[in-house]
Amino acid sequence: MTDLENFRQEARAWLEANCPAEMRAPMRGEKDMCWGGRNWTFQSDAQKHWLEAMAQRGWTVPDWPKDYGGGGLSPAEAKVLKEEMAAIRARSPLTSFGISMLGPALLKYGTEEQKKRFLPEIACGEIRWCQGYSEPGAGSDLAGLTTKCEDRGDHWLVNGQKVWTSYADQADWIFCLVRTSTESKHGGISFLLFDMESPGVSTKPILLISGNSPFCETFFDDVKVPKDQVVGEVNKGWDVAKYLLGHEREMISGMGLGGSGSLGATVGPIGDPLLRAEIADFDVDALAFSAMSERFIDQLKASVAHPAMPSMMKYAGTELNKRRHELLMAAGGSEFLEWDSERSKCGKPARDWLRTKANSIEGGTSEVQLGIVAKHILGLPGA
Amino acid sequence: MMTLNDDQRMLADTVAPFMAEEGAIGKQLRHWRDNGCSDGFGHRLWKQFAELGLTGILIPEVQGGAGLGQVEANVVLEEIGRNLTPSPFLTTAVAAVRALEGSAQAERWFPGIVSGETVAALAIDEGKRHDPAGTALRADRQGNGFVLNGEKNFVVHGASADVTIVAARTAGSPGETDGITLFAIERTERGPEGANFGMVDGSKAAHLSFEQFAVDSDAVIGEVDGGWVPMTRALNAGRAGAAAELTGVAAGATAMTVDYLKQRKQFGRLIGEFQALQHRAAHLYGEIEIARAAALKAAQLLDSGDERAALLVAVAKAKAGKTARLAVQEGVQMHGGIGMTDEHDIGLYMKRQAVLDELFGGPRYHTGEVARLSGY
Repeated sequence: MTDLENFRQEARAWLEANCPAEMRAPMRGEKDMCWGGRNWTFQSDAQKHWLEAMAQRGWTVPDWPKDYGGGGLSPAEAKVLKEEMAAIRARSPLTSFGISMLGPALLKYGTEEQKKRFLPEIACGEIRWCQGYSEPGAGSDLAGLTTKCEDRGDHWLVNGQKVWTSYADQADWIFCLVRTSTESKHGGISFLLFDMESPGVSTKPILLISGNSPFCETFFDDVKVPKDQVVGEVNKGWDVAKYLLGHEREMISGMGLGGSGSLGATVGPIGDPLLRAEIADFDVDALAFSAMSERFIDQLKASVAHPAMPSMMKYAGTELNKRRHELLMAAGGSEFLEWDSERSKCGKPARDWLRTKANSIEGGTSEVQLGIVAKHILGLPGA
Repeated sequence: MMTLNDDQRMLADTVAPFMAEEGAIGKQLRHWRDNGCSDGFGHRLWKQFAELGLTGILIPEVQGGAGLGQVEANVVLEEIGRNLTPSPFLTTAVAAVRALEGSAQAERWFPGIVSGETVAALAIDEGKRHDPAGTALRADRQGNGFVLNGEKNFVVHGASADVTIVAARTAGSPGETDGITLFAIERTERGPEGANFGMVDGSKAAHLSFEQFAVDSDAVIGEVDGGWVPMTRALNAGRAGAAAELTGVAAGATAMTVDYLKQRKQFGRLIGEFQALQHRAAHLYGEIEIARAAALKAAQLLDSGDERAALLVAVAKAKAGKTARLAVQEGVQMHGGIGMTDEHDIGLYMKRQAVLDELFGGPRYHTGEVARLSGY
């Protein structure tokens, strides 16, 4: 038996023994997804037990080094673990921006001390992070951010405002882009970490068109931050931010955005011939995009993907997902316009439809992605 | 893996410069179009295809071919599309070979296809729309063979073909997939009757008439009444191939257009600086990548005999068709006035797209297939 096959057997037996039955059932709603953190209330003993068991093995972040709370698995082993978890339909024990966003940036740009301090807390779900990027005056033009960060000798002093901070009201710490110099636009930004409980930090949820409030406005009023909490060099935070954004887009585009597979097959018989034709036309695009997603992942593995390709994927996938929900609403008719009825599960179809409108705004708008493709792939002038 | 392997990349590296040089628009398409050639392609070029081993690309090695698959054929077709190279490759080396393979007729026709001497045509459509199950041309038993009566349309370079693969109805009624028989009919002095005429893109097609046309029973490909299987095999290879060629048409037209955006100045600036044009060009780039992925997936599934192949073939043909349509429309528009002239090549892409889009079923036919095969 090969080492990898040994590992598979081992992982299978361990998962079988340690994954509670409840954690193998499909998630019923947002709360079934475990985000961890100081303020997290476990939905059940099973959710708590599952997180603790996985964290102890380092399997919440299987491919991170063991020294930082990871599993130290090779990419091949991590893939096997993923397959074995999928086979028993195990839920992800922990979802967090610390794992998907900050962690990779720290692994690449953090000091040894920073890695030892922050990564294990992320791995075991002790600290929940949020991302402070956008500002009221810096959306698509992110590098235009103005949140001021002054060097006060023994500490940094932060003043300003962030917006679209996902779950800031529930997060423990923030990774934040701040302006440490006004001499250069991109070259005056630093990547700063601080505790959301620091005096001077306040958050206010934003009520969205979907009726939900996943995002906040976050205010900083004379927030003092210790000097050793800058990641990478001072004034070189844009490199860290870009690395992290690239990681995020790669992740988003690899997730099969645009939904997967045939829409018509899920909707069932469609009486209206015009709607059927529209859905079939959509399915041509959706199934072709599935092939593209598969090809893109293979290109990434083979290191032959153009560096700007994630922008194309993000653009195409999000636009497709919006179209999918427009058609779902068309198929659902007046029933899908219900907002608080029981049969609509409190307006789930309508809320989901409205949620998709953010797909092509967050993480860089469609227009920004098209600009990136025009400049970096097509080489068009002045783009 | 949805990336080309080393051998496939080597094939692309051989075919791309060959097609760009020998198959160039000025050397082939314009040359034959403007010199009143009745075939619409160069036989010398077809011989060169044979010397490179391309004519027998799908023919098994034991029968003298290269023994490769649809993925490799598509590599060739994308280059054909990019250069608008006229040739019988798609009909003869791809679709007809798939119709003939495994039958007694293969022995008769494969050597000529491999050597570049034989051209084959497919006579399937009858009305102005692709509708293979609607085959109505009759083949009735007479003596030792059959007698054919009926019409065939859109037979690509039909009058130049040494052998024509004809779908005929031997049982049942139009609309049924059972009861169709495929015949391989050699061209002789007695027909089939019909001359080539020029299509909008400069290619040639024929309208064939069969009136009391007698053929021997050994002209039957496979089983009598069982023609649906080899015909579908041929059509799906042709459709997947056309998807690759359309991707090449889209990529060729777009490359030309993006170049133009970098050269043409108006209002004192390069027009490529205008965001209104940049975003449309970038959108088009994405659509072409997606179309290429769909064509590759369809080809891979055909090669592995996967049951999802028919669905992906329909997806690929429809997607490549609409992508190429967008590419040529944007191409002509972004070229402005010069794009409307015959002198400029961009219009040739528009014309080729229109014909390829319709060949083996247009986008609405295949979009309908996607719905049907997905069960709605």
